[in-house]
Amino acid sequence: MEIERHEYDVVVIGAGGAGLRAAIEARQQGKRTAIVCKSLFGKAHTVMAEGGAAAAMGNVNPDDNWMVHFRDTMRGGKFLNNWRMAELHAKEAPDRVWELEAWGALFDRTKDGKISQRNFGGHEYPRLAHVGDRTGLELIRTLQQRVVALQQEDFETHGDHEAYIKVFAECTVTRLLKDGDRIAGGFGYWRESGNFVVFDAPAVVLATGGIGKSYVVTSNSWEYTGDGHALALLAGAKLINMEFIQFHPTGMVWPPSVRGILVTESVRGDGGVLRNSDGERFMFKYIPEVFKDKYATTEEEGDRWYTDQANNRRPPELLPRDEVARAINAEVKAGRGSPQGGVFLDVSTRLPAEEIKRRLPSMHHQFKELADVDITAEPMQVGPTCHYIMGGVEVDADTGAAAVPGLFAAGEVSGGMHGSNRLGGNSLSDLLVFGRRAGAGAAAYIDSLPARPKVVQELVEEAHTEALAPLGRSGENPYEVHHELQRTMNELVGIIRKAEEVSEALEAVEKLKERVQLVGAAGSRIYNPGWHLAIDLRNMVLVSECVARAALLREESRGGHTRDDFPGMNPVWRRKLLVCSTEDGSSVTVEEKVQPSMADHLIKLFDRDELTKYLTDEEMTEFDGIAKS
Amino acid sequence: MSYKAKFKVWRGEGGEGKLEDFTVEVNEGEVVLDIIHRLQATQAPDLAVRWNCKAGKCGSCSMEINGKPRLGCMTRMSTFTEDETITVTPMRTFPVIKDLVTDVSFNYEKAREIPSFTPPAGVRPGEYRMKQVDVERSQEFRKCIECFMCNNICHVIRDHEENKPAFAGPRFLMRIAELDMHPYDVADRQESAQEEHGLGYCNITKCCTEVCPEHIKITDNALIPMKERVADRKYDPIVWLGNKIFKRAK
Amino acid sequence: MTQTTPDAPVRRQRAQIKVRTLRTDRWWLAPLLTFLALSAFLVYGVWAIIDGSYYFDPYIAPFSSPCLTTSCAEGARLFGWAPIGDWYTLPPGLLILGLPGGFRLTCYYYRKSYYRSFWLSPPACAVQEPHGKYSGETRFPLIMQNIHRYFFYAAIVIGAILSYDAILAVIHKPLGLGSWVLIANAVLIVAYTLSCHSCRHITAGRLNHFSRHPLRYRAWTFVSKLNAKHQPLAWASMFSVMGADLYVRLVAKGIIAFPYA
Repeated sequence: MEIERHEYDVVVIGAGGAGLRAAIEARQQGKRTAIVCKSLFGKAHTVMAEGGAAAAMGNVNPDDNWMVHFRDTMRGGKFLNNWRMAELHAKEAPDRVWELEAWGALFDRTKDGKISQRNFGGHEYPRLAHVGDRTGLELIRTLQQRVVALQQEDFETHGDHEAYIKVFAECTVTRLLKDGDRIAGGFGYWRESGNFVVFDAPAVVLATGGIGKSYVVTSNSWEYTGDGHALALLAGAKLINMEFIQFHPTGMVWPPSVRGILVTESVRGDGGVLRNSDGERFMFKYIPEVFKDKYATTEEEGDRWYTDQANNRRPPELLPRDEVARAINAEVKAGRGSPQGGVFLDVSTRLPAEEIKRRLPSMHHQFKELADVDITAEPMQVGPTCHYIMGGVEVDADTGAAAVPGLFAAGEVSGGMHGSNRLGGNSLSDLLVFGRRAGAGAAAYIDSLPARPKVVQELVEEAHTEALAPLGRSGENPYEVHHELQRTMNELVGIIRKAEEVSEALEAVEKLKERVQLVGAAGSRIYNPGWHLAIDLRNMVLVSECVARAALLREESRGGHTRDDFPGMNPVWRRKLLVCSTEDGSSVTVEEKVQPSMADHLIKLFDRDELTKYLTDEEMTEFDGIAKS
Repeated sequence: MSYKAKFKVWRGEGGEGKLEDFTVEVNEGEVVLDIIHRLQATQAPDLAVRWNCKAGKCGSCSMEINGKPRLGCMTRMSTFTEDETITVTPMRTFPVIKDLVTDVSFNYEKAREIPSFTPPAGVRPGEYRMKQVDVERSQEFRKCIECFMCNNICHVIRDHEENKPAFAGPRFLMRIAELDMHPYDVADRQESAQEEHGLGYCNITKCCTEVCPEHIKITDNALIPMKERVADRKYDPIVWLGNKIFKRAK
Repeated sequence: MTQTTPDAPVRRQRAQIKVRTLRTDRWWLAPLLTFLALSAFLVYGVWAIIDGSYYFDPYIAPFSSPCLTTSCAEGARLFGWAPIGDWYTLPPGLLILGLPGGFRLTCYYYRKSYYRSFWLSPPACAVQEPHGKYSGETRFPLIMQNIHRYFFYAAIVIGAILSYDAILAVIHKPLGLGSWVLIANAVLIVAYTLSCHSCRHITAGRLNHFSRHPLRYRAWTFVSKLNAKHQPLAWASMFSVMGADLYVRLVAKGIIAFPYA
């Protein structure tokens, strides 16, 4: 068997923000690095991020610092976050943003020439570095151009652009390869030719993003099929927090073909308000107990906040995403929805048309082009859309290392950082902070290795057989199976969950697993989307099972996991992480694990009153001990 | 609300291929990319099309619809009449891999030829101070989603394959302009814009601006200002003389 | 199980589509209209230069201003000057024609319009051009387009003279339709001239730090606004100069002879 082979020190799977940042770090530390991505270079889903990158630089409000950011992040995640990750993230985000500027990023500026920062849901101070509403594009382009800059350096010294960092675009990894328990590389195929490729590498960084394509209504692109999650599971790593999925409150609801596409939170940050069909600003009814003292209770106060943030509380439209999504869901269910099944998001009566076009250019563009709606003249219709999975590969906070030696993960595919709910803007900074750490972690791991692991040939052959299988079958159309999986997940493991429905979903997923074994793809291996989907289905089904199993077990409602039958938050569950793994590669087992307690210096950043809302009595006693010392 | 539309889609591998006829259902609010996806799901599972975000932000689904470069995801079916036959072909300037998917590596090679952002030595991250008015021009160019439709439509390479080595295309000439206007970039880009990247080939016929899905004024704001900067450097004796004297005085 | 299939040469080809364009709209209309309009302007220009009736006190036909020879009527001379003696027997308009003509010929907008409509390079976007070779503005003669800024300097002077002519006409004959025709033309000519890309470059376009030059930045902002309308201004001023010129000549010839003409 003759297959194209490449030898690298680090293989980064995924070329979004986290993947590129990891690759840049690995290359800067002198490692030969491959970036393998399913799409073209620079097209990754990070471009869709609109609002900004949260970093406590304090450029707009000097009171901001990493401790405030840390507190906001923990609150947003309902204290389920991996506190060490939240700490590192809050501390390092400013450096990561400044570094981008030195690589050519052009953020919007404050009057004194610093990086401007904007308000966002759940952030106490204006904190998001941004460029209009296309921050993700700026971030990915800057990192892409940084990779090119490094390649130019390499060309100067080695005469070859790709001597130390090479992009394998439109190449999909289907299996991680091991030598014993260690990672030894990966197996994949070129979309363009259908030819197979083996990477020999002692370290693999997963940065594949999320799993949104398992849902019908999603803001995620086709790439988000949970590849990294599945690859990690299949390689023996563990996933945590898979039950927590963020439904972004404001996705487009019409026209049907763009249903789910994101309407940035900046619309609300810049003054947009949510109304139901009665014209009522309904969010005031949905301020939960834990946030009562932080949000305005009258429209007047909420409106004053936009101009005077020191003396007013923020409007409830800026509650964390899970709260807003649930509120919209409830309004629609109560029959107060908009004609096309969402609610109204109105910025047209709040800001002058010119101002809207200046602050929200791509939203203006998106609605004009896709829905023929002029957002400066009429309200948008919006509804919740599957946006982000908080869960992912369980990693070491400092290095991004997963349980399998040589495997690293960063960005959306890793779990823990965001707890049960991610704050807007924390994603882009997460990519940068942990992308860098995973790249550095991989480099350090390689330095500590006594010998390079070798790819076991049988594994290559197995992967090869597996990848080719759908082409040899004449079974069911993969599109139908995919669609059924999406419907199942959307309807039964969606934004509001019940034990019976989730159980039903698990049964359905079992059946889908069998169907996935039989799907066939017609046509050749050259750029054959049916074949690619057939291969991706394995990952989507596996990950969907993780989501459903964890969702069934967690008997409380917290952040991105809402159980109709267990509506409240339960402090006992806060200490438990649900850990998914697979023995045989097809069935998932979930185990409980105790969440380690927050470090003393961090827990002391919170008021006792606030902690009592989240912690058990036992933990509170411990806290009182710490507070005294 | 839904109707059957007539489509002609170019299908083939490598350069060989032909337009194939399809009749396909169209529903209200759909875009051309939806129809291509419906063809994949119902009639031609191996029909190749490149796409990603489906919201006009990633620039993957560039194709030619009724002869004009467009993003498939941003071309609403309601812009066509129901009895119109819609012809969909791959971008013409780049080699075809399969069906609507082209090999756009030309663009990535050109990107690599443009020297990267070069800040002055000694400015540390976090020390950058730039006024909004000073970054706005370059920010406009950074809206580029790299759909490469400007490079596709530019007749300099669309109609003259032989010009490809000498011409970076509107996308990357704009990248040069972006860096040249960057308040912190110190690299000399004007000479090379003309000599190495082919700015002189541009005859400002503005097709790049016409097709830009981000509505960037490529010609007026990037290419012509860059031509003027090059003229300062290479073709204007007064500016040249002024610079000589001024430099000496310094 | 050999899997390596090297790229066959056929794989690196463009889509073989034989037709010049698959556009279904009337793409040929714009270049055709442009061709007709520019041709009409050229034909009129040639006639106007030869035509001798360019002055009717206090109107001077814009195509012939400034009038610099001793053959010019006393009132037609700029500040009464006649720097060119009577050895010069050709039409006086010929002397200065090259300046506004050159300005328009090298103008970034007109370049687009005649490259498209006269040279078909390309006739319209996504329509194949008929030429086998293309070197754009990299070589002589088209590399000369780079001197546009010098024509701009000249055009500023011409614009000032036309404005002076028009103001003079208004002062001498405030109730003459011709005075106001000349004023309207002068406004459009000046607006077109200031909207020039070279002008935009000179005001502040060449700077990288607008914030350090607030005045120049304000000028640039103003010129940029005009510049966005360079195309409509190019056409409007072309028709206005043609119209004003014709009007003066028709008055001078006595064809237009109503009171307050």
